[in-house]
Amino acid sequence: MSASDAKLSSNGQYSARIPLEKSPTGIDGLDEITGGGLPLGRPTLICGSAGCGKTLMALEFLVRGIVEYDEPGVFMAFEETPEDLAKNVRSLGFDLDQLVADEKLVIDHVQVERSEIEEAGEYDLEGLFLRLNLAIDSIGAKRVVLDTLETLFAGFQDQAILRAELRRLFYWLKDKGVTAIITGERGDGALTRQGLEEYVSDCVILLDHRVVDQVSTRRLRIVKYRGSAHGTNEYPFLIDEDGLSVLPITSMGLDHEVSNERISSGVAQLDEMLGGEGGYFRGSSVLVSGTAGTGKSSLAGHLAEATCRRGERVLYFSFEESANQITRNMRSIGLNLRKWIDDGLLKFHSTRPTLYGLEMHLAVIHKLVKQFDPTVVIIDPISNFSTNAATGEAQAMLVRLVDFLKARGTTAFLVSLTSGGGALEKTESEISSLVDTWILLRDIELGGERNRGIYVLKSRGMAHSNQIREFLLTSQGIRLMDVYLGPEGVLTGSMRVAQESRERAARLAQEQELHRKRRTIERKRAALQAQIDAMQAELASEEAEFESIHQEAQLRDEQFRTDVSRMSLSRHAQSGNGAHQDAGKEKMQ
Amino acid sequence: MTDKTQSTLTADDHIELDPEVWELRLYVAGQTAKSVAAIANLQRICDEHLPGRYKIEVVDLLKQPQLARGDQIVALPTLVRKLPNPMRKIIGDLSNTEKTLVGLQIRPAGEAKG
Repeated sequence: MSASDAKLSSNGQYSARIPLEKSPTGIDGLDEITGGGLPLGRPTLICGSAGCGKTLMALEFLVRGIVEYDEPGVFMAFEETPEDLAKNVRSLGFDLDQLVADEKLVIDHVQVERSEIEEAGEYDLEGLFLRLNLAIDSIGAKRVVLDTLETLFAGFQDQAILRAELRRLFYWLKDKGVTAIITGERGDGALTRQGLEEYVSDCVILLDHRVVDQVSTRRLRIVKYRGSAHGTNEYPFLIDEDGLSVLPITSMGLDHEVSNERISSGVAQLDEMLGGEGGYFRGSSVLVSGTAGTGKSSLAGHLAEATCRRGERVLYFSFEESANQITRNMRSIGLNLRKWIDDGLLKFHSTRPTLYGLEMHLAVIHKLVKQFDPTVVIIDPISNFSTNAATGEAQAMLVRLVDFLKARGTTAFLVSLTSGGGALEKTESEISSLVDTWILLRDIELGGERNRGIYVLKSRGMAHSNQIREFLLTSQGIRLMDVYLGPEGVLTGSMRVAQESRERAARLAQEQELHRKRRTIERKRAALQAQIDAMQAELASEEAEFESIHQEAQLRDEQFRTDVSRMSLSRHAQSGNGAHQDAGKEKMQ
Repeated sequence: MTDKTQSTLTADDHIELDPEVWELRLYVAGQTAKSVAAIANLQRICDEHLPGRYKIEVVDLLKQPQLARGDQIVALPTLVRKLPNPMRKIIGDLSNTEKTLVGLQIRPAGEAKG
């Protein structure tokens, strides 16, 4: 398969329909950029200036090949002795001697001393081929490293022979079907000093070690990768105690999962301000900005505390204070972070922002996040990055950082210090579009006092409060107070307290007034009732009087009627008519 | 020619240059044209300049590739002067006799000394 691959590429007729087979490097991030690794069975050129990590990268390719993919490897060292190599990488945890003893690795040191060689006639480099062949066959190697082949140019006079032989070597390597790495020194205006890139046409990786403003950053770029899609950017990479890691950040898209889950900010009143459903969205990015001393780190401390309390891990990157300093300061507001550090839930990483370049910071953050796998990452402060880089660069870095954390579903809590001069909202405009929730802390200077105010400038996807609230740092943590609006504006601090007592007094006065009024009404009602009673009594007596008169009249009437009938009986008159007429007469009276 | 050999002999630092026997080892790879030429050229030069005082060992790396490592062989053919010390290497098919002689330090480089 690899042989046919080699033929395809040497004819320059690579067909896109045949998927290019790749040999995974096992190097953190590199396989992502290359879409699976180096071209299988073909040579790859790694070039770069001195000290940029070529040898280490090549060696790691071999060691990881052996350890992770069980592919034996051959390292042909033209510069370093096997002893030196073994010593150099022992600190990375690579035990070359053991690998050699296990017959998984062959290190052949090729030494060409110009001073002890005389050239007399025609020659070729068949000796090198034979040595390589022997080494490959002795352990069944699948991977080969030639480091640094260009040393040969110093060892031989006849450059024409050398070039012809190198060309032959690369074809030979392809025929052999081994995945090879050839390293080369960076030349002036060319990728390599001797133009090795002419011979290796399949994959060229350029390593760079740049120093900008006294800060050095290692970068990696895939200059070409025939027949394969690959990331074309410069990727920062890192060499540390675990070897090499490359950051393929920009290869990520915007397709990360989102969560509806809320996580507490650690401050109940702030959770309330964020729509009252329990805090920030999990996996969102939160920016807290404000001027010096507004309590940004305290807010971060609360988040850390709340997260650890749930048993989740927090990674705290501190670029201003040491872990001890932060834990001490947090204790003063009632947060015991030390406990969580001891429990292994909270991890601090304190470095100076100027220690290394942005890329390197990013690389470190990446690595630690991958290792520690926290649910919340706090970066305090991000603004320090822009102090040692152009703003554009710092922004690019933050975009990548936020992307990276979002893709992992990790909540990012970014603290940003705003310098006093500019407008609070403006200075952060570069990153404000990135973040989901932006909390602004500000000074409110009023009445000879400086107090803290907090408000939620934006919070995507939640009905957040529009209120500015006063922010108190107490020994029991952060408390948010309602802010009073006076005729001169927002009232805070002692003016708020004064206003509060004024309002209390006013309320008291009002209550008393009310009470008084109520009593007056009671009294009035009582008086009126009395009057009503009196009038009713009068009415009743009048009615009674009327009744007695009425009864008297009736009595009289009856008496009269009896008298009349008695008279008519005595007169023998017709009782009916006379009685009627008399009765009518009497009524008229 | 003999004068020059003698003159080098009298020099203190080259006192070892004329041991009893010169030990030479020629590395080749199979019977290629260069291999054959190198063997023939070496034989001729030795007969001419070191008559009866040389020992030539021809190593075919196709048969014994493991030997290439010991003498740090990269180019082929390579002639290694094992004795006298120090070790010298001459690469190529030895068609250039002058350079071969200089390389073997039978003749000093540059011809400067009288």
